[in-house]
Amino acid sequence: MTVTVLLFASFADVLGRSRIELAIPPGATVGDTVAQVRATAADRLPPQPLVAVNEEYARYDRVLVAGDELALIPPVAGG
Amino acid sequence: MTVRSAVVDRPIDCAALLAEVADPSTGATALFVGTVRETNLGRPVTGIEYAAYTAMAERELAAIARDTAEQYAPLRLAVEHRTGTLGLGEISIAIAAAHAHRGPAMDAMRDIIEAVKVRVPIWKREHYADGSREWVDPTAVLVP
Repeated sequence: MTVTVLLFASFADVLGRSRIELAIPPGATVGDTVAQVRATAADRLPPQPLVAVNEEYARYDRVLVAGDELALIPPVAGG
Repeated sequence: MTVRSAVVDRPIDCAALLAEVADPSTGATALFVGTVRETNLGRPVTGIEYAAYTAMAERELAAIARDTAEQYAPLRLAVEHRTGTLGLGEISIAIAAAHAHRGPAMDAMRDIIEAVKVRVPIWKREHYADGSREWVDPTAVLVP
């Protein structure tokens, strides 16, 4: 199944893109998928960034379903 | 009660926000204005580029505004955060909070800016006078 991974700011710079359509195995968690993305980036992303699923902050043990939008959130710096 | 928040990609008009929260029921309006400063950690800054996960940033900002309005009810609130590239002195965020009394108006204003800095997915890349650019990481450990 496929999920969409969104990357922002410094994370987008590291991977050279802001969006990845990623094939993941059924039952994969957020944590599994973050590890999969880090592997494609030669681990140049931090080990445990904040994440959001479908525009809400999420935990690493959440199981993803097809079509989910997983965002890797660098340290926020608004204001 | 009026509560409005938005992520915008145009200049922020503080007078418009003040007018929006103005009401005869209020006696105190607090206005927070965040602007682009000319230095950061000793480095000369020429501008800041703000990027957002806009859909989620709108959602988080709305949740902060709603929760704060409930906590200090009755509160009238208008909040805007800007994205894009801003020059020195330009406004990146404005928060107008109006209440019957000054205490809740000022407390609400402060709660909102502090929450924005912790949980709204917005990032800034500073442009420096030497031509370099860096994403700001508030969690980075400063090495003297």
